[in-house]
Amino acid sequence: MSPYDPGPDVVEVIRAPEPGGAGGAYRAFGETLRGLKTTFAKLREKPSTIQYPEEKVPVYPRFRGRHRLHRFEDTGLEKCVGCSLCAAACPADCIRVVAAENTPDNRVSAGERYAAVYEINLARCIFCGYCEVACPFDAITMGHDYEMSDYNRSDLIFTKEMLLAEPLDRTPLRAEGE
Amino acid sequence: MNDLLAMLADVTYYESWWVQILKALIIFAVALQILPAVIIMERKLMGRMQMRYGPNRVGPFGALQPLAEIVKFAVKQDSRPRTAIETLYILAPAVSIITAISAFAIVPFGDTVDIFGGQVGLYGIDVSIGVLYVFAFGAIAFYGLMLGGWASGSKYSFLGAMRSAAQLISYEVSQGLALVGVLMTAGTLSLTEIVDHQVGMWFIVPQFVGFIVFLVAGFAETNRAPFDLPEADAELVQGYMTEYGGTKMVAFLFAEYLNMLTVSLLAVTFFLGGWHLPFGIDPPTWVDPIVVLGKLYFFVFFFIWVRATLPRLRYDQLMSLGWKVLLPLATVNALATAIIVVVVDNNS
Repeated sequence: MSPYDPGPDVVEVIRAPEPGGAGGAYRAFGETLRGLKTTFAKLREKPSTIQYPEEKVPVYPRFRGRHRLHRFEDTGLEKCVGCSLCAAACPADCIRVVAAENTPDNRVSAGERYAAVYEINLARCIFCGYCEVACPFDAITMGHDYEMSDYNRSDLIFTKEMLLAEPLDRTPLRAEGE
Repeated sequence: MNDLLAMLADVTYYESWWVQILKALIIFAVALQILPAVIIMERKLMGRMQMRYGPNRVGPFGALQPLAEIVKFAVKQDSRPRTAIETLYILAPAVSIITAISAFAIVPFGDTVDIFGGQVGLYGIDVSIGVLYVFAFGAIAFYGLMLGGWASGSKYSFLGAMRSAAQLISYEVSQGLALVGVLMTAGTLSLTEIVDHQVGMWFIVPQFVGFIVFLVAGFAETNRAPFDLPEADAELVQGYMTEYGGTKMVAFLFAEYLNMLTVSLLAVTFFLGGWHLPFGIDPPTWVDPIVVLGKLYFFVFFFIWVRATLPRLRYDQLMSLGWKVLLPLATVNALATAIIVVVVDNNS
């Protein structure tokens, strides 16, 4: 008895005829017909192509696209207070914040200070979402835009105004279970 | 002079020279106008079979795509390798496309009709050696590939050309032998007479084996998938036409599609009853070309269908299929037909 004996659990594998000979020819012919049938059946199905620029795949709400900065809806003041926590949390080091003091004449944010400069270099950003997590005021969130290609690297540095603006055409959303 | 004409062509009626020129022009125009339709049909059908749309940007449903591509190819820079032999390099695509169109001349699109104050046959010319004419031009067409590969001055093109040559030669034998059965049954080489022999029953029924062999060999002859080893776009970068670009490459591609049309038309003529409809339906003569074109499109569809289905054969599989399967089949078919023809002749 051989050291490896599978016992009665052995299953006979049904083998196709060997290539060559009558069986092989029959099999090749039959398989050809089966293939023709398959492709013909596909002819009647709708193509699964998504016509991209006109037709977009909806993203999930949790999708991490391009960042957005937010304002308070009632007062219109910026939520960002220029604390630079997002810049500290950023593993790719792509956020640059320069803070400035709010004055009674020039009140930009709700807090003491505001971000005079807020730049995200999207060429470096890895879309990890740590900035969103680090922000104590929910001033920065990950949006849903993913169409960010551009002709120049310098055009990929998004300024505060660009991040505050509403995106031009919004990406379609889908529900979580969809 | 009349004897000479009778020897060249069995015409029992007179066609004036301008009718013949007109016919030649019409055949040329029709052949070249079918091509874009076939190309767009192939790409759309292949797309749908692979569950995508195919071209759909240029014109309605992408129908003008071939036109846009012709423009693209025509304005390309005309370059050639420094090692190329210039005259032959230019001649090769011309040979390919001329032979491809020439075969169209004898394919009958219909019976004779009474127009222009006389009888006019709906074909270029009814040569009494029709089949030989087709195979002669098929043999010359292969010089197009050989010259193209050799004159490019590139070893890869040359290897591709050698591969094509081997394939074309092996399959031309089977293709010719597959037709022998038809020729013996019909007892003539003229294509119109062969069509007229199929009034009662199309030759696809008694010559089914011949039909299959002819079709498979036709796939190989026209370098279509699954026998597109001479090109093998994905693996061997187009073989003999690697070094070609722009309009010269288009000429090669056009020749390939024209060959596909020719083989389809020959299959229609030899096996599917040409312009005849089954079940004794006898439409007026002007319907004949439409019937032929309809049957042609059926074959074109089949060519495309097979291309979307079957993977490319390996080189040794190609050779063993040609020599070990198709050639014996065709030979046995020809022998069996010969015996049956003799027996039937003796009994009647």
